[in-house]
Amino acid sequence: MSTISEAEVQKVAHLARLAIPEDQTTAYVSKISSIIDLVAQMSAVNTEGVEPMAHPLDSVQRLREDVATETNHREAYQAVAPEVEDGLYLVPKVLE
Amino acid sequence: MEWETVIGLEIHAQLSTNSKIFSGSSTAYGAEPNTQASLVDLGMPGVLPVLNKKAVEMAIRLGLAINATITPRSVFARKNYFYPDLPKGYQISQFELPVVAKGHLDIELDDGSSKRIGITRAHLEEDAGKSLHEDFHGKTGIDLNRAGTPLLEIVSEPDMRSAKEAVAYMKKLHALVRYLGVCDGNMQEGSFRCDANVSVRKPGQPFGTRAEIKNLNSFRFIERAINYEVERQIELIESGGKVVQETRLYDPDKGETRSMRGKEDANDYRYFPDPDLLPVEITPADIEAVRASLPELPDAKKQRFIQTYQLGSYEAEALTASSELGDYFEAVAKGTQDAKLAANWLMGGLAALLNKHELEISASPVGTDALTQLLNRIKDNTISSTAAKDVLEAMWHGEGTVDAIIDQKGLKQISDTGAIEAMIDEIIAKNPSQVADYRSGKDKLFAFFVGQAMRASKGKANPNTVNDILKQKLEG
Amino acid sequence: MSQDAISALSLKELHDGIHSGQFSVMEATDTYLDRIERLDGKLNTYITVLREQAQQQAQAIDQQIRKGELTGPLAGVPYALKDLFCTEGILTTCGSKMLSNFISPYDAHVATQLKQAGGVLLGKNNMDEFAMGSSNENSAYGVVRNPWNTNCVPGGSSGGGAAAIAARLAPMVLGTDTGGSIRQPGSFCGITGIKPTYGRISRYGMIAFASSLDQCGPMAVSAEDCALTLNVIAGFDERDSTCANEPVPDYTATLNDSVQGLRIGLPKEFFATGLDSQVAAVIERAVKEFEKLGASVKEVSLPNSHLAVPVYYVVAPAEASSNLSRFDGVRFGHRCENPKDLMDLYKRSRWEGFGEEVKRRIMVGTYALSAGYYDAYYLKAQKVRRLIKQDFVDAFKEVDVIMGPSAPTTPFKIGEKADDPVAMYLADIYTIPTSLAGLPGMTFPIGFAADGLPVGMQLIGNYFQEARMLNIAHQYQLNSDWHQQVPAQFA
Ligand SMILES: [Mg+2]
Ligand SMILES: [Zn+2]
Repeated sequence: MSTISEAEVQKVAHLARLAIPEDQTTAYVSKISSIIDLVAQMSAVNTEGVEPMAHPLDSVQRLREDVATETNHREAYQAVAPEVEDGLYLVPKVLE
Repeated sequence: MEWETVIGLEIHAQLSTNSKIFSGSSTAYGAEPNTQASLVDLGMPGVLPVLNKKAVEMAIRLGLAINATITPRSVFARKNYFYPDLPKGYQISQFELPVVAKGHLDIELDDGSSKRIGITRAHLEEDAGKSLHEDFHGKTGIDLNRAGTPLLEIVSEPDMRSAKEAVAYMKKLHALVRYLGVCDGNMQEGSFRCDANVSVRKPGQPFGTRAEIKNLNSFRFIERAINYEVERQIELIESGGKVVQETRLYDPDKGETRSMRGKEDANDYRYFPDPDLLPVEITPADIEAVRASLPELPDAKKQRFIQTYQLGSYEAEALTASSELGDYFEAVAKGTQDAKLAANWLMGGLAALLNKHELEISASPVGTDALTQLLNRIKDNTISSTAAKDVLEAMWHGEGTVDAIIDQKGLKQISDTGAIEAMIDEIIAKNPSQVADYRSGKDKLFAFFVGQAMRASKGKANPNTVNDILKQKLEG
Repeated sequence: MSQDAISALSLKELHDGIHSGQFSVMEATDTYLDRIERLDGKLNTYITVLREQAQQQAQAIDQQIRKGELTGPLAGVPYALKDLFCTEGILTTCGSKMLSNFISPYDAHVATQLKQAGGVLLGKNNMDEFAMGSSNENSAYGVVRNPWNTNCVPGGSSGGGAAAIAARLAPMVLGTDTGGSIRQPGSFCGITGIKPTYGRISRYGMIAFASSLDQCGPMAVSAEDCALTLNVIAGFDERDSTCANEPVPDYTATLNDSVQGLRIGLPKEFFATGLDSQVAAVIERAVKEFEKLGASVKEVSLPNSHLAVPVYYVVAPAEASSNLSRFDGVRFGHRCENPKDLMDLYKRSRWEGFGEEVKRRIMVGTYALSAGYYDAYYLKAQKVRRLIKQDFVDAFKEVDVIMGPSAPTTPFKIGEKADDPVAMYLADIYTIPTSLAGLPGMTFPIGFAADGLPVGMQLIGNYFQEARMLNIAHQYQLNSDWHQQVPAQFA
């Protein structure tokens, strides 16, 4: 399970929304394959019956009281936006 | 062989919390764009989610109401995809371990029988923002006020076999979430919306390939959309084609569903447990606390109405459509000591006015006391039912109390036997040929005499008294 | 007092000097601002220097101190932040072109804590982009150089901060550690740094790399300075669900406790092949020092630790691939010129905004989570992660702390591993196991190898044992002066 094809690299790049140029696909294949080879060392270990560990601490989620505490800071928050108009963030036309 | 329709529904109910599921932003509807979008809702670098307690309680409420299992340790996951109204590039949702698992809801079919619809799960998640496609120089505007609003996604089993059943299920669930106070049910504002998974098959065959119709936000649309989709699939298969698994959009103007472009590549969501959130622990004590706060649920109320008030199943179902309606009915039934009369007026005269003005019972200008008084005036023979309709209409428009309107409009019934006798004597005297015909066997003419009497009394004569006296005099 | 004298002071001495009127906050601040101006050209440890703002802050704090309104141990103390802590009104780049224009609209939790304590923010430190790297070569703002040898890397990802401490361009900085990003550069630069237990310090406002691993921590000259800082930044914050609601001890209160009877465990796996023999020799010498101080030493085993790097390079990229999705060119950050449609906007903005290593990890993480691979990679990694944690749980049944190298080698040359990501990843073999377990780990300088480059001792404690760890390092530092040494060019 260790090597990745050019097609897979392009598929993953699409999922990740990265525009890898065609001529760099090969370079990506080799670098990513070497990383995948490295991580594949795990597969040799027997993990039967082992509970996956998502968090270092065995604590549980704390719950917040249902109170609206936030106020409007639109201007400040949109100061860092690439493009806004009438309080809306703008993107190229989305077709549904 | 006939085709069988198979429908499963995914319903998104916006939970009626004050603040968002993972941030302290208000969830109030209709604010200026992006004024209720906090750092967390905007997915700013470095911010983190903290879960709203009320949202969890509301999920448990619904879970208990559909006899579901409440998951003792549920987990939030990330559903990864890019979309401009999804600020973080992932939606925080639940995947493998939803807060509510395996429940059911019984719906009533047209023939009066009931059918059990399985509910696979209900999970908490955050809503996305809104994309506005009106012209901004050919661009799309993004409003993230709705982003982070808590949703409960309620997923049914593919147990429904017609659009009608789907609508019945959706209506039942709609009533339930409102009973529970977990969702305002406002479909126009998108608080309660539905995705329908529709497929067709020959009975006994495995499930066919399904299409998912997205974002249906009215009972009418869902019925039409499903019926259209079923027709489309049948025609497609019968003409040698194949249904493809895809997402479709219902166009209410054309009454059609159409394929959504560009969504086919978004299917690898790469779910994984959200490392910013910890498992949500729900103890038996938590569950019992929620259970203790549950209101009487629609099915229980319906049964009680049938038993306590001797209502029919149909009436009891209608009067328990919302808890407010049920409460209203009970107040009037008690005030009049006449449940049947109360039911008739609630489902008749008052319902007609509410429908006409598009109002909920809770907003009715005629309260329970006023309706009780009105019905009591029918019962004590002060006014006729016909006159009562006029009084109700006048009260609706704020023209005064029951008695004042009766006085003002001179609607008091004449029950004085002497006066009615005199009036009837006059009618008999004026119509000798009809009297003769009646006496020779034309029974139908009785109605003619009643009509004459009512006209003569300008509708105020007590119809029972009129009947009695007429019968007596005509038999003569 | 001269600037040279001020720059040689510890945090406590700075505080005492200011509060006894020997020098002002302004003088202390100018000392560091002037040193940065004069010396940072050789190192590139700062992305942003806040000269004017720092001076304004210093002036205000001087007044507050004079009025007796500010008395805390960090009042008037200059410091710097790794450039992934959001700072309101201040450029926060995360070492990336993606955020080259990101003036944060808010403060990170720790930034607020230090501000309220009366610290003076000197600037924002250079770092590997999005904290991904072990050499500080992956910064859109240029490589950072090691003050002990400017042809060498300072380590990463908190390389800017580590080098700044070593060159006395700040008396204290905050870094972050995901797989070793405080400890490895701390070791490479010969300074002291601690990565507390996961959850000890709020992550709010810290731009996420890998959420289940990231933890902030202080870097400074000494363990005592780290303790003073930790007192201010540690503790519960309701804005971070993963932040631990555990009591915070006074980390300075136990610094002078004895290490008599301390049971030190040396994991045999940390001393096997892969460890540079010179580094090993320096470590062994330091361990002997501890024995002289009354500690006992025992070999322990962490049998799954060799799997830590593979596990880490699944878990961290997987989380990162998702954490970095928000950088999409819509609400903040880099947006490409003239996107032809939405897809183009996403793909080009991200391609242009992220550097090579970041893109590589996003790719690996996306792959590991994608359909058909999740179980073999992500789920498997989470299971092995538990085995790695269990190794430590078992070891701590026998010993109080674990010691070993912070890094397998002394600093390597700039460019040496730039084309071999896997070789680079191995620079963190000794720090990653701790990170995966969520345990606290620290580094402190224990000498130099023959090449004249520093060697750091890694000290691993049990959960929430930071006070004990700081105490142990402090006791060593009372009996050594490695931590006081300054590279010649920067003395
Ligand atoms: Mg769905
Ligand atoms: Zn959903």
